Amino acid sequence: MLDSQEQARFETLVLPHLDAAHNLARWLLHGGADAEDAVQEAMLRAYRFFSGFRGGDVRAWLLQIVRNTCFTWLQKNRHGKDTDEFDEEVHGPPGPTPETLAIAEDSRGRLTRALESLPSRSREIIVLRELEGCSYKEIAIITSIPIGTVMSTLSRARRQLQLALTGPADKESIHDL
Amino acid sequence: MICDRAGAVVHGYFDNELDAAGAAEFELHLEQCSECVYALEDLESLHASIGLAQLYERAPATLRKKILASLGPARPVAVFPSRTVWRWLAVAAAILLATYVSWRVTSLGHSGNYDTVLAAEIVDAHLRSLQPGHLTDVISTDQHTVKPWFDGKLDFSPPVQDFGDQGFPLQGGRIDVVHGRSVAALVYARRKHFVNVFIWPTDEKDRAPSSGSQQGYQWLEWRKGGLEFCAVSDAAPSALEELHSLLTSN
Repeated sequence: MLDSQEQARFETLVLPHLDAAHNLARWLLHGGADAEDAVQEAMLRAYRFFSGFRGGDVRAWLLQIVRNTCFTWLQKNRHGKDTDEFDEEVHGPPGPTPETLAIAEDSRGRLTRALESLPSRSREIIVLRELEGCSYKEIAIITSIPIGTVMSTLSRARRQLQLALTGPADKESIHDL
Repeated sequence: MICDRAGAVVHGYFDNELDAAGAAEFELHLEQCSECVYALEDLESLHASIGLAQLYERAPATLRKKILASLGPARPVAVFPSRTVWRWLAVAAAILLATYVSWRVTSLGHSGNYDTVLAAEIVDAHLRSLQPGHLTDVISTDQHTVKPWFDGKLDFSPPVQDFGDQGFPLQGGRIDVVHGRSVAALVYARRKHFVNVFIWPTDEKDRAPSSGSQQGYQWLEWRKGGLEFCAVSDAAPSALEELHSLLTSN
């Protein structure tokens, strides 16, 4: 257990990255409630290991723990659940401002579906680069994937997303409109 | 013909992963390779679409509270002679604990909110500006055209300067809305990236720059001479710092 000084340090250094932790878990686990549970578990794990953390990139350190927790979680809960299924009723993206709604409505649906359908390795690399703004090196550290593979996976995944955005609307998005 | 740089090099350049020499060399190449220019534009438009689609999912406040509560401040362990004293101490400790936890939650939530709200609005405005036809209302690299354009459109006069010689050519200006008020937006180019500098009046004292990132976009905010500035871009953070020193140098 940490003393109160260490705890304050944890709250100052690690807690500001809670959004990053949640965003990564949400995209790795396809959803809301599971992601929250996994983040809570990852945070407690980080808290327990915190005395072993001696400086460096806190976000990368935390996201590594979040990622491992998520993959363990997926392994445990694999049966009985189609991990590639996406239920927008339950897991839809949060409400946007009315202003951006009109512009983004179509591309949000397409992007969400396209991102959900990427293999998990591509998906996490897109989330870390495009949403979290991590450098290639940070991504390599977080995912334990060689930097060359990070780059090739990133360009492949981006191409898939571009195709999803520019291609003809699929049935589902026509239905949504 | 397929350019062999249209792959990894374009991505590396777009992601600010090339070193200075590599970036400069690629920029020369861009001047004669339309394939790489298109590839770069596609990456920019994908990045803007991802930003606009608001796919980033922040942790809900309830989760933050749950985690803070589960950490909890360390409780003192001691043995007290009388059960009454112990009971009163327990009550006092519970009150202190509750106060501490709610103070942590509100103070974190509060400071987090201001930055998050402002940064989110700025990044939204930046993303909107990247939509075709939205970047500039007045297109000019000439500060003497852009500055008078703002006259009569705003209740203050934003400083307008071109820094083309220093690597930040002025592209034009625009009126935008941030925090429910009209603000000036100056648009600078930085290599193939755009930087929006939002400017609005403030009563607050001058303040050194603070920075952050949101959805992969960097922002740098400061106050000087009764004006608040916020620069935002997907260029490298160092580029924003360079622009800040140019804007504040005179």
